[in-house]
Amino acid sequence: MTTVTQTGKLPAERRGGFSKKLSGIIEPYLYVSPALVLIIAVMLMPLILGLSYAFRDIRILNPFSGGFVGTAHFEALISDQAFLGALANTAWWTFGSLLFQFGLGLILALLLNRQFLGRRMVQALVFLPWAVPTFLSGLNWAWMFNPVVGPLPHWMTSLGLMAEPFNILSDPDLAMWGPIIANIWFGIPFFAITMLAALQSIPKELYEAASIDGATTRQQFISITLPFLAPTIAITLMLRTIWIANFADLIVVMTNGGPADSTQIVASYIFTQAFRRLDFGYASAIAAVLLVLLLAYALSVIALRRAMTHADS
Amino acid sequence: MASIQIANARKSYGAVDVLHGIDLNISDGEFIVLVGPSGCGKSTLLRMIAGLEDITSGDISIAGNVVNDLQPKDRDIAMVFQSYALYPHMSVAENMSYALTLRKTAKEKISDAISGVAEILGLTALLERRPKALSGGQRQRVAMGRAIVRKPQAFLFDEPLSNLDARLREQMRTEIRKLHHRLGATSVYVTHDQIEAMTMADRIVAMHDGIIQQVGSPVEIYDKPANIFVASFIGSPAMNFLKGSYEISDDNGAGVRLSDGALVPVLQAQNAQNNQAVTLGSRPEHISIVSDADNGLPAKVELIEPMGLSTLVHVTLAGKPIKIFTMDRPNYPVDSFIHIAFDMAKAHVFDTSSEQRLPPTTEPHSGHKD
Amino acid sequence: MTLTGQTSTRKMIYWGSHYLMIAAFVIFALFPLYWLLKVSVTPNDILYTEGVRMWPSRTTWENYAFVLTQSNFPKYFLNSVIVSGTTAIVTTLVAALTGYAFSRFAFRGKVIIVALMLITQMFPLVMLIAPIFKILAPLGLTDSLTGLIIVYTAFNVPFATFLMQSFFDGIPKDLEEAAMIDGNTRFEAFRAIILPLTLPGVAATLGFVFTAAWSELLFALMLVSSESASTFPVGLLSFVSKFSVDFGQMMAAGVLALIPACLFFLLIQRYLVQGLTAGAVKG
Repeated sequence: MTTVTQTGKLPAERRGGFSKKLSGIIEPYLYVSPALVLIIAVMLMPLILGLSYAFRDIRILNPFSGGFVGTAHFEALISDQAFLGALANTAWWTFGSLLFQFGLGLILALLLNRQFLGRRMVQALVFLPWAVPTFLSGLNWAWMFNPVVGPLPHWMTSLGLMAEPFNILSDPDLAMWGPIIANIWFGIPFFAITMLAALQSIPKELYEAASIDGATTRQQFISITLPFLAPTIAITLMLRTIWIANFADLIVVMTNGGPADSTQIVASYIFTQAFRRLDFGYASAIAAVLLVLLLAYALSVIALRRAMTHADS
Repeated sequence: MASIQIANARKSYGAVDVLHGIDLNISDGEFIVLVGPSGCGKSTLLRMIAGLEDITSGDISIAGNVVNDLQPKDRDIAMVFQSYALYPHMSVAENMSYALTLRKTAKEKISDAISGVAEILGLTALLERRPKALSGGQRQRVAMGRAIVRKPQAFLFDEPLSNLDARLREQMRTEIRKLHHRLGATSVYVTHDQIEAMTMADRIVAMHDGIIQQVGSPVEIYDKPANIFVASFIGSPAMNFLKGSYEISDDNGAGVRLSDGALVPVLQAQNAQNNQAVTLGSRPEHISIVSDADNGLPAKVELIEPMGLSTLVHVTLAGKPIKIFTMDRPNYPVDSFIHIAFDMAKAHVFDTSSEQRLPPTTEPHSGHKD
Repeated sequence: MTLTGQTSTRKMIYWGSHYLMIAAFVIFALFPLYWLLKVSVTPNDILYTEGVRMWPSRTTWENYAFVLTQSNFPKYFLNSVIVSGTTAIVTTLVAALTGYAFSRFAFRGKVIIVALMLITQMFPLVMLIAPIFKILAPLGLTDSLTGLIIVYTAFNVPFATFLMQSFFDGIPKDLEEAAMIDGNTRFEAFRAIILPLTLPGVAATLGFVFTAAWSELLFALMLVSSESASTFPVGLLSFVSKFSVDFGQMMAAGVLALIPACLFFLLIQRYLVQGLTAGAVKG
């Protein structure tokens, strides 16, 4: 009770007070600093270093490399057919995976948003693929597409989708479907989890009000569920687009870009250049282009969203 | 216990000023209620006393010591939150003992203190429960108990009753008052509910737009509101206001000429000029319904609202809605005309442009603002 | 009568198709895992001849026995547990601090830090391997579990931070204010009051980061060269690169490796949904 009375009169207390204001300003940075130091040291600095490689000749096995080459890598890129093909494949891979991951993920979330017998069990099981190490699922899916040891070609033949069982991973026209299907399997849980969380945060009274107003289930979905999910959908679709475009593991494991570069995406092409040809300079130039493209994509999506919300209000 | 002095305290968030130079002296053992509409700065002021908000400029002292620079934990104050802010993962006893444990108080002393306070608040049977297993009223008591156990220099209350239903609120109001009598602790209580302010305060501090409008005892605030804001905020149903111009008659009488030409006689007001634009203020209980057309103004009946004890009659006068409070049981048909008369001695005259009250010449000059 | 009859038929059709779709999702999610299990218990001699059978005519535990007793796998497994476990704990600690700051403080530069964290999610990580190697090598952090832990922690902190922030956003500010008045500093209030209330969030973040670190292959492959510091994904790959690819053993190792990740995930997936819901309500 008397502590304040006694210490308050000491001049030291005023100094302690000065430090209260100061510590109030410093405090948030103390909390943030470990993360900031890590990200700057392990991500930002390597990124800048990596970007500088794009302007240098860095080949691991060539002792004479290391010089500054200006924009030579970028000039080479423009006429690199493999790169241009990889660019097109990246779009195909990204949006093909994304569309199904999102569509099926949303359906799964809607199914799980209903109360039914064994719901918690089902939820745990269908989210499981998310926990499977990606290269393991890549190996396993490659195995399943193989007509000698996998059931999938035989099933497709029985369904009349194939004349005879063959491995789609070795057909340049179809090979991309292999990693895409594996990616869909792996990615549905992510969308289901985020969509389910968003669905569960919609106030129940809205549906009650709508059904009193005479809205059918479909009308409720269109007028309540979708508008409420829209912000979550927009942000997760954007982040996932970027993530999938960068995600080369499944392709590297399942097809290694082949056959005949038919599944080569930019991210796997970077990997090939860097670790098969050991040309880090060129690989960094490709990576820089990819980073710029993804940033441009993200910024245009954000700008578009802002324009749309402004138009609404 | 301790007194609290607030001297020219300001608070701004960037360019926005939330509090403009607050001066307030709270004496030892006083129960002060800060009242005002939401956004008036009353909660900010309370949080500045607690140390949860920084003071942009000015000084706050507790027991004569400037505490501007002390952490909340070093100010020796206790606070009851609107949400109660009970620690969900601790039992009632743990919630109440938390502060004492942090001060390394001896175990026996803590348990003595807790059982004593639990007894006062009727919490003895609930000590081992978690907050989740308590009703709203019980949680409120635990929040009170947590504050009392500490025997702090001062209690701060941030709208502690607003999450309770009407009956419980009334009960807790009385209990908090009784506790205050018993403990005699300096208390600062924030509310937007003028009934809480009226019933609980030793002194009310009415705030608006980050400025103290008036400080005074409940009766003082009610009977002599400093300005239109205080007059309209305190009292339910609210005071009636009619715009007009001030007129001094030949026989030293005065009146307010309404827009429809009617003259309402009032006591002569200090510093009021002839033809000055003024606002007439009269509480519903200071208007009476008269049978005699000569002494009353004609008003059209809009609605009769029975309130049990009394009846509220809504009428229009000079195109403005007026509420009249009566202990009779009138049954005038809607749209009929009645005659009403203002109690001259109780009517207030406000300067329309400054909104300040112009007290009658009979009233001694008083400086409320301390 | 006919009306209720109609609605109940409709209800039956609705729930019938509901369960049918649920079943389809469950089968799609589990069948590949089933196939993995099937291959792992198939004896080598009939691996190809009975390759497409739903269940082999004979089963064996030999593959498991070999992996557990004859291979380096227990060592890889232990390395993975150390790396993933430490990464999960350190990341969650760092992310809890940062997420708390994002949730409770307004401070200069906050927007820039958030933007920086979002941009890190756009990096093609492949690009960072060589520069990270260059930075870690002089510090003696290549070919070491510590180096791997540092890299994984940095990669996982941004997402973990956003996850933790959404949990903190769901906890009323009043609680730490009450604790600060009761005698805590802000940091003590964070540790004694807020963190215990975020245990579901902590669990979700731990699990999320653990599974992510458990699966990582690229950096484990590039930053570590010696067998003694290899994690199990690298070890799994070593089955492929040897002369005879022994798929049975590889799949057995894969199944074993799945167990901790799946267990962890089963425990935390509920909190993951909860945490994102809490965040969604606020934001």
